[in-house]
Amino acid sequence: MTFDELARHPGPASAFFLERETRGDADARDALLAKMAERLAAMRDSVDRGLTNDAKSRTGMVGWNAKGLHQAADLLDAPLLKRVQAYAMAVNEENARMGRIVAAPTAGSAGTLPGALFGVADHLGRSDEELILPLITAAGFGEIISETMFIAGASGGCGAEIGPSASMAAAAITELLGGDAHAAVHAGSLALMNTIGLVCDPVGGYVEVPCVSRNAFYSVHAVAAAQLALAGLESFIPPDEVVGAMASVGRMLPPELRETGEGGVADTPTGRRIALEMAK
Amino acid sequence: MGLLDVLGPVMVGPSSSHTAGACRLALLARHARLTPPSRAELTLHGSFAKTARGHGTELALVAGLLGMMPDDPRLPEAHDHAAAAGLQVVFRTADLGDVHPNTVRIRTEGGPDGATEEVALTGSSLGGGLVRVFDVDGFRVEFRGGLHTLLVRHHDQPGVIARVARVLADDASNIATLHCARKERGGEAMMSVEIDRRLSQPALDYLAHLPYVHWMRMLPEVLSGDPPPAGPHDDGPAPARAGRIAGRDTGDGRDAPSAGGEEGAP
Ligand code: SF4
Repeated sequence: MTFDELARHPGPASAFFLERETRGDADARDALLAKMAERLAAMRDSVDRGLTNDAKSRTGMVGWNAKGLHQAADLLDAPLLKRVQAYAMAVNEENARMGRIVAAPTAGSAGTLPGALFGVADHLGRSDEELILPLITAAGFGEIISETMFIAGASGGCGAEIGPSASMAAAAITELLGGDAHAAVHAGSLALMNTIGLVCDPVGGYVEVPCVSRNAFYSVHAVAAAQLALAGLESFIPPDEVVGAMASVGRMLPPELRETGEGGVADTPTGRRIALEMAK
Repeated sequence: MGLLDVLGPVMVGPSSSHTAGACRLALLARHARLTPPSRAELTLHGSFAKTARGHGTELALVAGLLGMMPDDPRLPEAHDHAAAAGLQVVFRTADLGDVHPNTVRIRTEGGPDGATEEVALTGSSLGGGLVRVFDVDGFRVEFRGGLHTLLVRHHDQPGVIARVARVLADDASNIATLHCARKERGGEAMMSVEIDRRLSQPALDYLAHLPYVHWMRMLPEVLSGDPPPAGPHDDGPAPARAGRIAGRDTGDGRDAPSAGGEEGAP
């Protein structure tokens, strides 16, 4: 399956993925949509819990950011921005507390998609039901990317984790706002192209710093990519080639920057101190 | 990989590869046994070895050995549940060679009432909660837990694969993948067969009774998040139905797996 194939499909991207996965079988289609609705509900639940719970994670590094932002004054007069960031961090802080979340596509990057998708939907007053097909599109984008590279910080750095999650989210929002498969492909590609090279450097090996704030940033990034694509902007480099570039940069990263907690912010004096303290 | 594998698993945090994937590997190791183990030695490699604690990998592995799924709310207290269930766990780190950075070898032994079942399984967590098992008891195998997996250790002789395939065909079980490897000619071999649905009990019983079949297990799929049909649970022995799947342990010493632990690793 390639993005090129998808982009040539008329209509929304979700129709392409549904047809591919269920081959015209109506029962299989209903079952898949029902399962997706369950996943969506589990995602929503993790956002809700994360916005109200401010208990610290086991390390004490995160836990109160989502609730804090959610309740803070909107000084920028940008409710969408604030909502998207708070929702994304809500999921990742639940994750850091070992709460129940939906990996999307991984747990470390679990906040980006629900942050962006629920954030935009709530901002525009759209119902959760309308998000099921965009969620299918998001999953399909993850599937295409995973055919080129294992989606994991350990295999390709954070660009192979937050990158796909932002790409999936950008495509989902594009579909929610009426974009066709072509627009979704370019939204996803723009999002992915601009995460290439991100390193994976979780402090102490805990999926907390930089992961929680990173999801807040890249959920906004996904919304921005959807905005560009919906206005007709395209990824100059063909989307399938962007995926190839992401994979090859990921492989070039030294092991220290691939989820070992031995490089980047994890290898700062403070990062080392936390690692030592938590090892006790 | 299907759409639901990408948007999933539904899981207890914090890491899909280091928590959910680890839990699934241990769950497969548990299902490769008939009885709950009383001791387990877990050898962590690469990124698993470096960040196991921070990602809850140890908790997840213990939880899986107890039969818990990745979204089980008891996962964060897995160590306490292990103690209550009489499961002793030892963690080690080692370089397992040129394997995926998130790889673990899970050796389980013992069992309730002095049972001595021993199984070693090595697999990798590929990301997003997906897993791959490539070694069981020192034999090269190949399965990913997305389908039901039949493991058959058998005498290396002509016609075994054909026989097994025939029985599966008669049982209307469609084979998705099949991998078979032997340690030496005329010695023992292991077959891993991924099938679309679980084999019927009569078919399992028939295969288990074949003289050249030394050991056999039917592992459930562990990716959908649905509870396995006859899955083990931490608060009781494996259900009777699983007991009847019992392949035959030859009892002639050939099933001592420990010596071959490393051989099958790619
Ligand atoms: S820094 Fe690493 S652990 Fe954190 S979100 Fe990125 S890839 Fe995942």
